[in-house]
Amino acid sequence: MMSEVLSDRPTTSRTSALSARPSGPEPVLRVQNLEVTYYTDAGRAKALDDVSFTLSAGEKLGMVGESGSGKSTLALAMMRMIKPPGRIEAGRVIVGDTDLTGLDDDAMRKARLSKIAYIPQGAMNSLNPVMRIGAQMVDAVKSHMNGESRSSIGDRCAHALKSVDLDASVFRMYAHELSGGMKQRVCIAIGILLNPQVIIADEPTSALDVVTQRQVMETIDRVQKEINAAVILIGHDMGLMAQFVDKVAVMYAGRLVEVSTVREMFTDPKHPYARALISSLPNLDNKGVFQGIPGLAPSLLRLPTGCAFHPRCTHAMDICGTTRPEVRMLASGRVVTCHLFNEEA
Amino acid sequence: MANLLELKNVSKVYSRGLINTKATIALQDISLTLRENEPTILTVAGESGSGKTTLAMLLLGFTTPTTGQIIYRGKNITTLHGKQRMAFRREVQAVFQDPFAVFNPFYTVDHLLTVPIRRFKLAKSRADARNRMDEALTAVGLRPEDVLGRFPHQLSGGQRQRINVARALLLKPRLLIADEPVSMVDASLRANILETLRNLQRDHGVSIIYITHDLTTAYHISKSIIVLYRGAVMEAGDIDTVIKSPRHPYTQLLVDSIPWPNLEKRWGVQPIKARDSGASTEGCRFRSRCPMAMEICKTPPPLFRIDAHHTASCYLYAEQPQVAPDHLSELLPA
Ligand SMILES: Nc1ncnc2c1ncn2[C@@H]1O[C@H](COP(=O)(O)OP(=O)(O)OP(=O)(O)O)[C@@H](O)[C@H]1O
Ligand SMILES: Nc1ncnc2c1ncn2[C@@H]1O[C@H](COP(=O)(O)OP(=O)(O)OP(=O)(O)O)[C@@H](O)[C@H]1O
Ligand SMILES: [Mg+2]
Ligand SMILES: [Mg+2]
Repeated sequence: MMSEVLSDRPTTSRTSALSARPSGPEPVLRVQNLEVTYYTDAGRAKALDDVSFTLSAGEKLGMVGESGSGKSTLALAMMRMIKPPGRIEAGRVIVGDTDLTGLDDDAMRKARLSKIAYIPQGAMNSLNPVMRIGAQMVDAVKSHMNGESRSSIGDRCAHALKSVDLDASVFRMYAHELSGGMKQRVCIAIGILLNPQVIIADEPTSALDVVTQRQVMETIDRVQKEINAAVILIGHDMGLMAQFVDKVAVMYAGRLVEVSTVREMFTDPKHPYARALISSLPNLDNKGVFQGIPGLAPSLLRLPTGCAFHPRCTHAMDICGTTRPEVRMLASGRVVTCHLFNEEA
Repeated sequence: MANLLELKNVSKVYSRGLINTKATIALQDISLTLRENEPTILTVAGESGSGKTTLAMLLLGFTTPTTGQIIYRGKNITTLHGKQRMAFRREVQAVFQDPFAVFNPFYTVDHLLTVPIRRFKLAKSRADARNRMDEALTAVGLRPEDVLGRFPHQLSGGQRQRINVARALLLKPRLLIADEPVSMVDASLRANILETLRNLQRDHGVSIIYITHDLTTAYHISKSIIVLYRGAVMEAGDIDTVIKSPRHPYTQLLVDSIPWPNLEKRWGVQPIKARDSGASTEGCRFRSRCPMAMEICKTPPPLFRIDAHHTASCYLYAEQPQVAPDHLSELLPA
């Protein structure tokens, strides 16, 4: 179904502008014009609107944005795991030289985990409580690879557990015998079983204490280096982003509003929403000062005209209420979706 | 001054397995007093498995202590009946940790919110009920018309978490136990929700126990903090002092591991010693990971008073006077 929708959609010039970004090596991941709608009783909610970006092997991208802005939807869409009433309306996801959107269901099932792996939000609570960890790992390998021998599957699992710094004895344990951080590392181990080229981790540490967070992130870092994968880290913790990623992408109401290097994002954010987000970060010098962004996130069912952020934006101009801003690449190579930068592009 | 809720020398031990019983001491000898007329915000921090949720469950009366007592307005909570029990259920509210687990997937958001309104007869009319729901949802940054009528699986993680907070706000409790209430929302919303909680304490006299691993937000809203490690209090006191000059090696590791949103302040200088699950529970529980461990640490360290609002359970401060466990609350500023 999807490939039909896709084949008659021309690649827009915007996409080529974006992929032309001089980001060194050939990208291992290209997401082009991805669009997802949830058909709810109350109407159509466009949860993902024309999202494009690229990522190279070994690169780490942080995906941030308000709750409900579409981050998990983006991950699910990339995995082709959007369920009804949601639908992928358009777009392509290309890993290496495989266009995932063109694969049939069976091929896609195999591509998950072997080309692109997803560690879902709340993953550690989704481990099966009555199955040993090892059996769950073996199942994961079997369902994605036919004909691998038992001993080689065993080796694979042992290696994965070792890469996440877990004892081999975990293989024979049940989920309830593990702490939160250990469960989370099991999920990462499952994610890397088949050496995927792209790993998407959706809030992998939001339930963990800072010490365990550090261990989990150090684990992802080490594993990524080992298999030279690209990593997308979805999350809210800007501290974690500052410490871990190379690039930061900011989403707002289903659109990517800015993509910058981590240094640019923290020292000189461009999009007014990104600026507000950065200045809302707590530190130890201004106790009790809460700098949230006033106003509510827009309803996806009734998006404001023009730029979806304009009702909350302190820099809003007339054009912002009427015209939807284009995704633009600034001279510096940064991507910003905002009328303030129309001249700089 | 009347006490709202008191924990008196409470311990909780979970045993598992019938034959080869292995006991987990989830909480060890904790005493805590929350006063009626001194609304405060107390943070309980500590790593995964340190007993934070266990503490919340005990305070809510959802699990019973293995030893010790929990007293609500002068009465042991296990003996509450009728009206008193109802009052306790309403006055002590919780925001539970996992927004993915707490909701019955077959009920809509409306249902989740109207049940408590009806149960505690909070509204005079249907319109009044709707107003209250709208108010609570708006306070956590949700649009009522967007989320009412939806099922939990149709909401994002952070949206679910906020429904949880809204439900607790609706009930206007005296004590709110919030177990990681904002772990899944962005910094800006986090600021808004925490400000709502702070105002609840300041303007409406609600005490809040904020359970979190996020020491930065804890610093911003709380007056005091208790740091737990494997069920035991490691350090406690005024939050500014504890976070800016932690004394216990465990708290030092925690503070060192805060990921700062600052590129110049790199994460974690101290290496992390793996937690050894088989480590003995004799003596200081942090001993096997502690860079400063000494011979004496094999005997359980008492709390030492560092100053009027600061105490640590560590022999590095053995010169200082001891604090009896049931006097812990006296070192926590209200
Ligand atoms: N099955 C569904 N039916 C209808 N709407 C949905 C469904 N799943 C998600 N949505 C809506 O789509 C939007 C995007 O949701 P998504 O889960 O992608 O957000 P998110 O950015 O991951 O948020 P969070 O940070 O809170 O996890 C939200 O407004 C959400 O309510
Ligand atoms: N129902 C139970 N049966 C057996 N052991 C339990 C039970 N609930 C908790 N425990 C154990 O008690 C200890 C404390 O658990 P608790 O859930 O209170 O930790 P926590 O501090 O809330 O951790 P987290 O930050 O991961 O939520 C852990 O070792 C846990 O495994
Ligand atoms: Mg999400
Ligand atoms: Mg807990």
